[in-house]
Amino acid sequence: MAIFSNGPAGLKRNPPLTFGLFLLLALCLLAAIGPFVADEALARVGATLPRQPPSAAHWLGTDSQGRDMVTVLMLAMPQTLKIGLVAGLISLSVGVALGLISGFAGGVVDTVIRLASDVMMTIPGIAILVLVAANVREMTVAVMAVIVASLSWMVTTRTIRAQTLSLRERGYVQIARLNGSSTTRLVFVEILPNLLPFIAASFVIAVSNAMLATIGLEALGLGPQKELTLGTTIYWAQFYGAILRGMWWWWAPPILLISLIFIGLMLTSVGLDSFVNKRVANGS
Amino acid sequence: MYAQYVARRFGMMLLVIVLAVSINFLLPRLMPGDPVEAQLNQLLATGGGGGDISAMVEAYRARFGLDQPLIAQYLSYWKAVFSLDLGVSLAAYPERVSHAILAGLPWTLGLLGFATAVSFVIGTWLGGLLGWPRTPRVTRAFGTSLILFSSVPYFLIGMVLLYLFAIVFRWFPAGGGMPFGQSVGFNWQTLTAIAWHGTLPAASIILAEIGAWALGMRGMMVSVLGEDYITLAEAKGLKPRRIFRWYGLRNALLPQLTKLAMALGHIVSGAILVEVIFSYPGIGFRLYQAIQANDYFVIQGIVLLLSVSIAIAMFILDLAYPLIDPRITTGRD
Repeated sequence: MAIFSNGPAGLKRNPPLTFGLFLLLALCLLAAIGPFVADEALARVGATLPRQPPSAAHWLGTDSQGRDMVTVLMLAMPQTLKIGLVAGLISLSVGVALGLISGFAGGVVDTVIRLASDVMMTIPGIAILVLVAANVREMTVAVMAVIVASLSWMVTTRTIRAQTLSLRERGYVQIARLNGSSTTRLVFVEILPNLLPFIAASFVIAVSNAMLATIGLEALGLGPQKELTLGTTIYWAQFYGAILRGMWWWWAPPILLISLIFIGLMLTSVGLDSFVNKRVANGS
Repeated sequence: MYAQYVARRFGMMLLVIVLAVSINFLLPRLMPGDPVEAQLNQLLATGGGGGDISAMVEAYRARFGLDQPLIAQYLSYWKAVFSLDLGVSLAAYPERVSHAILAGLPWTLGLLGFATAVSFVIGTWLGGLLGWPRTPRVTRAFGTSLILFSSVPYFLIGMVLLYLFAIVFRWFPAGGGMPFGQSVGFNWQTLTAIAWHGTLPAASIILAEIGAWALGMRGMMVSVLGEDYITLAEAKGLKPRRIFRWYGLRNALLPQLTKLAMALGHIVSGAILVEVIFSYPGIGFRLYQAIQANDYFVIQGIVLLLSVSIAIAMFILDLAYPLIDPRITTGRD
């Protein structure tokens, strides 16, 4: 519970978490403002002269379809973050629910859930994603989020199940049970609040995994066709040979943005991990 | 105990394979509309068609056996999988899917095997150093920056490497697995050419993977250092280097091996796009081409191969653990 009770003082003692959250916040802010400032017309095919290097008129130049890259990025960024957040939230809710049920119910239910998550973990996610995405006629941001989420709930389920198993044997839970608390009360009042640090850590991992999968799919050309995302931008850059033609302004900025997102998520995850896993924190 | 453990792991592998084959079978059928119509329309609309269209329709019909009841289709699908009859490529008709896969497989296996081995060794060693209190500051800073690197997807690192070392400096070739037109043979010239073309793709995987191994190893090393036998070793006055190697590193290594199995799937999927960026002739690049051309059977075949081979690889690694760590068969999962 240290994250929540210590407040700013806790953050100061945890540089990775501070930097990570700051980075993510800044990127989210950028993504939130972007669409309001951007002139959507400039992101349409043929809006300006194609293949222009960065200049005063087009700060990041234009791609070979004549799209202004600054505008493209401002519109693509929120979509990419949205997919990550929505997919992360869905996979987190599914993961937490299944983890709690599995840890609490035990028996056949537990076995089935555990087996399902083990099997799903073995099958390479992107392989199945490619198959699904290749079959979906009209890919949208929402469909993308759901597809990705359906293949990334397993890690959360495992973490929450293990923690639930350990928590339910603790003294105060046992006493509450003996006092005749209902299972609902046990789960929501005694167990769930103590799981919050793990849920927070799982959420960051879920978002990170979801974004990794989405950007991979988009870069393979399986992303939403009608909406701009960072991964799709990279796909077109790759498709039209932007690297070989030396058009660095086309592919480098989206790569930089994606890298910053992942570094932010990574730092946050490492920072949260040192709360959850005390031994690692003290050792370094 | 061992037999029971092996049986359980084997069952797990079978389950994964059955599931993977079933997903492969069901997905196209779950989608609305006639798969033959839809796929061919898509193919024609994107101009991916080549060869005789009516022969393709026949191939499709025969492959799906669409007039049969679902259960019969399912059984014949299994039969086809077992006889490695994965259908024909539509974009490169009449090339067989199994042939396309076999052509790409050695490239992918070579690239992945090499990159994974190198990154595992360097990353594990680096992670051990990061978890060791006596490690100098410089090494620590270097290791930490590599860990940050590992959060960035492989293919993005690949794009930057490609631009810097193939376009700007022109030290390495910009793509392909071999010089254009040269044939593969077992001679020195071929080997150097392959290594030359493989350097940048391998480097992008290695750079991205080292950090992940280091991060895991660092965590393990820190917990191992808290164990009593380390304190005892220190009390005995053993040299720090000896404690680091034989007491720390060795004991922290086991979970890394477990992670090697888990990471296989992750590495394979990450490498798909690296192959695309470098036009490397492995199955990842073939998959990309198949997606471009809506070449459905090839997509399906490669996905099936990936799932099944990872399931088998994990089973083999599962068999090896108890030989390294006897606690595994007796302990819980």
